[in-house]
Amino acid sequence: MPTVSMTVNGKTVSRDVEARTLLVQFLREHLNLTGTHVGCDTSQCGACVVHVDGRSVKSCTMLAAQANGASVTTIEGLAQGDKLHPMQEAFREHHALQCGFCTPGMIMSAIDLVKRNPNPSEETIRHELEGNICRCTGYHNIVKAVKAAAANM
Amino acid sequence: MYAFNYHRPGSLAEATKLIAANTEAKLLAGGQTLIPTLKQRLAQPGDVIDLGGIAELKGIKVEGGSVVIGAMTRHGEVASSAEVKKAIPALAALAGGIGDPQVRNLGTIGGSIANSDPAADYPAAALGLGATIHTSKRQIPADKFFTGMFETALEEGEIIVKVAFPAPKRAAYQKFENPASRYAIVGVLVAETANGVRVAVTGAAPSVFRWTEAEAALGKSFAAGALDGLKAKADGLNADIHASAEYRAHLIGVMARRAVAACG
Repeated sequence: MPTVSMTVNGKTVSRDVEARTLLVQFLREHLNLTGTHVGCDTSQCGACVVHVDGRSVKSCTMLAAQANGASVTTIEGLAQGDKLHPMQEAFREHHALQCGFCTPGMIMSAIDLVKRNPNPSEETIRHELEGNICRCTGYHNIVKAVKAAAANM
Repeated sequence: MYAFNYHRPGSLAEATKLIAANTEAKLLAGGQTLIPTLKQRLAQPGDVIDLGGIAELKGIKVEGGSVVIGAMTRHGEVASSAEVKKAIPALAALAGGIGDPQVRNLGTIGGSIANSDPAADYPAAALGLGATIHTSKRQIPADKFFTGMFETALEEGEIIVKVAFPAPKRAAYQKFENPASRYAIVGVLVAETANGVRVAVTGAAPSVFRWTEAEAALGKSFAAGALDGLKAKADGLNADIHASAEYRAHLIGVMARRAVAACG
């Protein structure tokens, strides 16, 4: 079994895993970081989005071995102690979640989009969130939260 | 997913040696098609060779009027590249319309072209702009590269190294996309090049193809009106729950006119 090593939320981790292990399985089942969700498992819904070397990716469509040596950030790595990341805070403030299942992926995608578009329009936010699906259809407040967070990031 | 042996070569030479020793192995580029295929157990390779660790396959250069893109360059990098936006804005826009941001952060140009998906965007860019595909063995003009549905001229053990796009005088890509997958139901790239007008159609047929009647008409007069009365034939076009062959034939004309208009 190959040894996979990476930095996850600032900590170096190393595990011997089967080559077919997906990044999301590595995070959830080997590191017990269950904040990253599996929704559709077919690269469409975005519940599994994490950052690999600063870029948002769908961790259900990447092998853990492909992230060997990379720096990975998950939803668990955003808050600083008790202080939420501005995007998390904005989601709470604007009631941008109902059931909350899509929220970790939404937040990880939203942070990446604000990094690339520091002052995004509503249209840009909606377009950039194409890879994330909310089955509660709570998009309206999600867009509001992303816009508000962009001003505080 | 079935189990496999994983390899991560650090150089093109090492990768070609690995694939030559095991022609049943699968090459892993961005994985946005291969990994879903493996997850559904539609393929069972004994070995997977990950090209992600090969620096010489990455990067974008402008060389003598051509944009040269390394096979492992991500769609998002092409879409946001200042050099590509300047030299061939239609190419940057096409890359920026593939899938969603997360797919664009992993998917690669080499993977897309090697896969030759009938509904993929990059084949339209390669064929429409008259690109040259540089492989570990030779150079293949795009006109000879795409040979059928998921079929290319690539031989066993041949690896795409880079794709060179000559900058056209002007070009534009327009697609009628599936709203869920954002694959092209029909996509048309129109380019006015040094060697005449080229019109490449993706999504409509088993493989990307050139609409030669439209090229002839636009060669005489490069205006959307030059295509009036010209109809693409429905024979042999794809038909599925999203669009019939007749509807796709109609869309080819609509997208071609829009692309000409977008050329400005």
